[in-house]
Amino acid sequence: MMKTLLLLGAALMALPAIAAAQDLGAPPPATGAVETVEEEGGLTGTVSDESEWQDLGIAIPSFATDRDAPTAANSAGTAALGRALAGVVYDNLRNNGLFKPTGPDGLPRPAYGEITAPAWGIWGGRGAEMLVQGYVRAGADGRLTVGCYLYDVSLQNELARAGWVVQPADWRRAAHRCADLVYSRLSGENPFFDSRIAYIAETGPKNARVKRLAIMDSDGANHRFITLGGSTALTPRYSPDYQRLLYLSYVDGNPRIYVYDIGTGRQTLVSQSRNPTFAPRWSPDGRHILYSMAVNGNTDIYRVPATGGQSVRLTDNPGIDIGGSYSPDGSQIVFESDRSGSQQIYVMDADGGNQRRISFGAGRAATPEWSPRGDQIAFTHMGGNFRIAVMSPSGQNVRFLTDSWQDEAPTWSPNGRIVQFFRTERGSGRTGLYQVDLTGRNERRLPTPADASDPAWGPVLP
Amino acid sequence: MNVVPGRRRVNDFDKESEMTPPTPRQIALGALVAASLGLGACAKRAPESLPPEPGASTVTDGAGATDPYATGAGGAAVPGTQAHFETAVNGQNTIYFDTDRYNIDSVDAAALQVQAQYLAQYPNLTITVEGHADERGTREYNLALGERRANAAKNYLQSVGVAANRVQTVSYGKERPVALGSDEGAWARNRRAVSVVVN
Repeated sequence: MMKTLLLLGAALMALPAIAAAQDLGAPPPATGAVETVEEEGGLTGTVSDESEWQDLGIAIPSFATDRDAPTAANSAGTAALGRALAGVVYDNLRNNGLFKPTGPDGLPRPAYGEITAPAWGIWGGRGAEMLVQGYVRAGADGRLTVGCYLYDVSLQNELARAGWVVQPADWRRAAHRCADLVYSRLSGENPFFDSRIAYIAETGPKNARVKRLAIMDSDGANHRFITLGGSTALTPRYSPDYQRLLYLSYVDGNPRIYVYDIGTGRQTLVSQSRNPTFAPRWSPDGRHILYSMAVNGNTDIYRVPATGGQSVRLTDNPGIDIGGSYSPDGSQIVFESDRSGSQQIYVMDADGGNQRRISFGAGRAATPEWSPRGDQIAFTHMGGNFRIAVMSPSGQNVRFLTDSWQDEAPTWSPNGRIVQFFRTERGSGRTGLYQVDLTGRNERRLPTPADASDPAWGPVLP
Repeated sequence: MNVVPGRRRVNDFDKESEMTPPTPRQIALGALVAASLGLGACAKRAPESLPPEPGASTVTDGAGATDPYATGAGGAAVPGTQAHFETAVNGQNTIYFDTDRYNIDSVDAAALQVQAQYLAQYPNLTITVEGHADERGTREYNLALGERRANAAKNYLQSVGVAANRVQTVSYGKERPVALGSDEGAWARNRRAVSVVVN
């Protein structure tokens, strides 16, 4: 008995020490697969005129259910879950400035049988141009089947349909997939809602900020802290397959880049060097990691295989060379250097060759991020205010998307249509995440539980 | 104690925009001058009312065994502690930089020479130079800039005889400001390299 107590005591004392040394919380739960299923019945069609897709009035009534069954996804059952699913689709679509949807509140709820046979008269009478209907069914194994249908009300035509089978915990992903289906069909753009964001959650006063690594869905749901806040964490990046996170931590007292494995909750140093490492980035195929390392005060960019091994130095310059973002095909890297005397943006081949400056004009330019579409580079422009801007990969056609005291660190939506960044408030130092579309007209704050910085938007979930 | 009057820098950004690093001859001369003035010669004063370092510094992170800022019983600083070091160098354990710069100017050099003399007096001590940047820079660049500033201080200390293995560096970028305003005065106080005694 005494021995057991002693062992228990030792275990209790040992646990916090382990946690403090790593500053890691419990790893987030694994994400289940989303299985796409064939939707039966009905005709598919196309609209003859696709130029009318902006500011569409889209009705999104509650999803129907075949029977109100209990589900782990919603304590009130599948009928309530159907309303929640439509709510997520509505929130997704209303938040990007392209559509004017009407949500499930205040709309009649279609019966299960109406999902594939809309009551055209009801929706046409309400002035809806488009109609999104769906259903949710709880299976015997607990999994949920969610169907999603997009209709053109005036043509009385079905435009798109899809269905998915998900674990109850992943019910929001089915709603994001539905919103992606509607968005893609109506805009012609690639989907982006079913994706995640890693960022730094900030709390506390300006001179003692606690900065924790956190992750969330693209709409801010399913928020989780990865680190506990005992040491400062900065600049995360999701791996393309969402299995790992790169980030900077001061956990050993020095700034170093760690590779955090989401499945195991363990982490390793990106480089065994004793030198400080900054600014981690993934290659598009996830096989390589870029990091920046200061040796005797001089920072250069290095590449290392994601599985470990020999690092290759890509820049060799007395200036600060830092960051780096691959072109989508992996052939080039856009990065930041002050070799000219101030921060400017450069492009090099993936092996470090052919380094050339692409940003000119007044002010400094930093934190370049290559669009997943390849056609634009987003960056922070510093000349008075810190503003988010985009330009072509050759440095042409610079366009400012924001104008605030301090906006920095752009990250692209998976489809390259939205830029997310963080904004710092003058004086207080408070931070928050914002999104802006490529017109610069539709800007909004992404709600987070605490202040937030360093957003990193991952690709569409597999 | 000899104190040189009148060489007080009110605001860091009033400095000349660019100063070349000192030549070895200048360093030697500077060391000579500093030596003749003796410990505590005040070539430059820190900006007024420097707040305490935020949070735990590198040296204390996780360790918690010894507080480098501790004073001895009765308030007198114990030799080899951070408090004693700061008092002995007359607050010149912090040097300041111009916007985006990391060069050691004559004022910084004098301060580092005083630090070097203290380290010569206590040969068992090692220090960490913490490099910082102001908030008006991007986060990653500021981490690299802080490292550059800390190394500039370290290199200067080496040039005046401090062994390289007695000086560590760490950059905090813009993550640990001491001045909390968003104005030129606050930014000038945050662009700094702080020498901290390691136990």
